Amino acid sequence: MTILLTLIEENVPKLPRHAKLRFDEARKKWIINAPERVFELDEIAGEVMQLVNGKSSISVIIDVLVKKFKGAPRDIIAKDVLAMLQPLADKGFIIL
Amino acid sequence: MTKIKVEKQRTEQKISFHNVKEKLQIPYAVLCELTHRCPLSCPYCSNPVELEMKSREIDTETWKKALSEAVKIGILQAHFSGGEPTSRKDLEELVQHASSIGLYTNLITSGVLINEERLKKLYDAGLDHVQVSFQDTDPENSNRIAGYKGHEKKLHTAKLIRKVGLPLTVNAVMHRQNLHNLKSMIDMAVELDAERLEVAQVQYYGWALKNQTAFLPTREQLDTATEIVEEARIRLKGVLAIDYVVPDYYARKPKSCMGGWGRQFLNISPAGKVLPCHAAESLDFLNFDNIKDNSLSWIWEHSESFNRFRGTSWMPEPCQSCDRKEIDWGGCRCQAFALTGDQNATDPTCELSPYRHVLDEPLANVGKEDIPDFIYRKIKVQRNIN
Repeated sequence: MTILLTLIEENVPKLPRHAKLRFDEARKKWIINAPERVFELDEIAGEVMQLVNGKSSISVIIDVLVKKFKGAPRDIIAKDVLAMLQPLADKGFIIL
Repeated sequence: MTKIKVEKQRTEQKISFHNVKEKLQIPYAVLCELTHRCPLSCPYCSNPVELEMKSREIDTETWKKALSEAVKIGILQAHFSGGEPTSRKDLEELVQHASSIGLYTNLITSGVLINEERLKKLYDAGLDHVQVSFQDTDPENSNRIAGYKGHEKKLHTAKLIRKVGLPLTVNAVMHRQNLHNLKSMIDMAVELDAERLEVAQVQYYGWALKNQTAFLPTREQLDTATEIVEEARIRLKGVLAIDYVVPDYYARKPKSCMGGWGRQFLNISPAGKVLPCHAAESLDFLNFDNIKDNSLSWIWEHSESFNRFRGTSWMPEPCQSCDRKEIDWGGCRCQAFALTGDQNATDPTCELSPYRHVLDEPLANVGKEDIPDFIYRKIKVQRNIN
C-alpha cells in the first residue's frame, strides 16, 4: 500500500522494486518501467534519477548536481529536484 | 487488455523538444501469448475463435530470440499471457531471459495453476508484476462465468503473490452479470493489497460477440458503476488505482485501441504469428508474418498486417477530415469489422459512424430479453471420422 508523502531534502529516496530505471538505446533516453506504464525522462530528470540509489539524501543529490552544472544556483536546482521527484512519490514510484 | 500509459516526465527547466512526427514509432510493449491452453473457458475470452493446439506452439529458443529482438527495436515491457501462461513449463526461463536483457516483465494469469514455490521461482527469475483475473466476487457466479471452479484458488494465489513480494493488479471484466458486485470487487482488491484494479469491458468480437446479449449491461448498471468508481477513486487515492472506461456501446467517441495500430504494441501468438493486437486474427483477410521466418524488426517495419491500418491514410470519411483521427487512430478495427463486415468502416462506436445503429439496436433491447446461456470458449476437438 502506498502512503502519501511530502518529500524534503533530508529524505533518502529510492525506487520500489517494481519500478526500474534504465537507459533505452532506441530512444536515447532514461526511462522508468512500472506496471502498465513507462515514464520517459528528459535529460535533467534522467540526471536526477541516476543519483537516486537508496543511499544518498535529496540534499546530497542536489549538491552533486550543483557541482555538475556549474553556475546554477543551489536553490533553483533544489526546487527542480523536489518538483521532479514529488509527482513520482505521489504515485508511489519514489519511496523512502 | 494491455495498455501502456506513457508519461513524459519533465523538470521545470524544460529542454527544447522538437516533436518530430515520425512515420514509424518505437514500440513500447510486446504481449507474448505463450499458449492458448487454459483450464478456464470464459465466454468473453480475447483469444481467437480458432485456438492453437499445443503441437503448434513455438519452442523456448524461438521465444528467447523474439524477446531479444524486441529489446533491440526499443520494446520496454514484456507481458506473458495466454491462454494460461503458467501452462508452459519454460515460463521461468523466459521471464529470466526477458529480465536479464532489460525487459520489464508482467505475468497475466488466471492464478489457478500456480503455487508458492513457482511464484518464488518467478520472483527470483526477475518477474516484476503480476495481474490476476477475477470473474466476480461471488464465488458461485465467478466459477460459473469462468466455466471452472477456481475462485477460491485465485484468492489464495493473489495473497501468495503479495506474500512473495510482487505487486498485484486485479483484472475484472465487468458486464451485465457481475456489475452489481463492482463495489465488492473494489473492496476485494483493497483487501488483497493490490495496487491497481483494472475494470475491463467486454469488446465484442470473437467469443464475446457470440455472447453479446449475455454481457451487454443496461444503462442503469453502467451509470451506477461509473458513480461507484468515481467515489472509490477519491476515497482510495494512494491506496488503489482504478482503471475504468465507459464501454464502447455507451460511448460516443471511439477509443484509441492499443495506442493506435502498429504504433506502440505488438503481440506474438502461441504459433509465433506477430500481430498488431491480440484479436487481430479475427481480421481474417490479413496475412500475418511469423517470428520463425522473419525478424521482429522487419515485421514491425514491413509486415503487411502492421502497415494495413498504420497511420491515417487508410481511413474513410468522416474519419479522414476529423480532428480526432490522431487521437483515436480509427478505434478498434476488430470490433468494427466484426460488427459491420467492412474492414475500413468508421468504428461504429463513433456517433458520426453510418453504422452506429449496429450498436444502438442491441442496446435498445438490453434488459428486455432473457439472459441466454453462455457459449463457452473451447478448443475445437479434431475428430477422425472413418
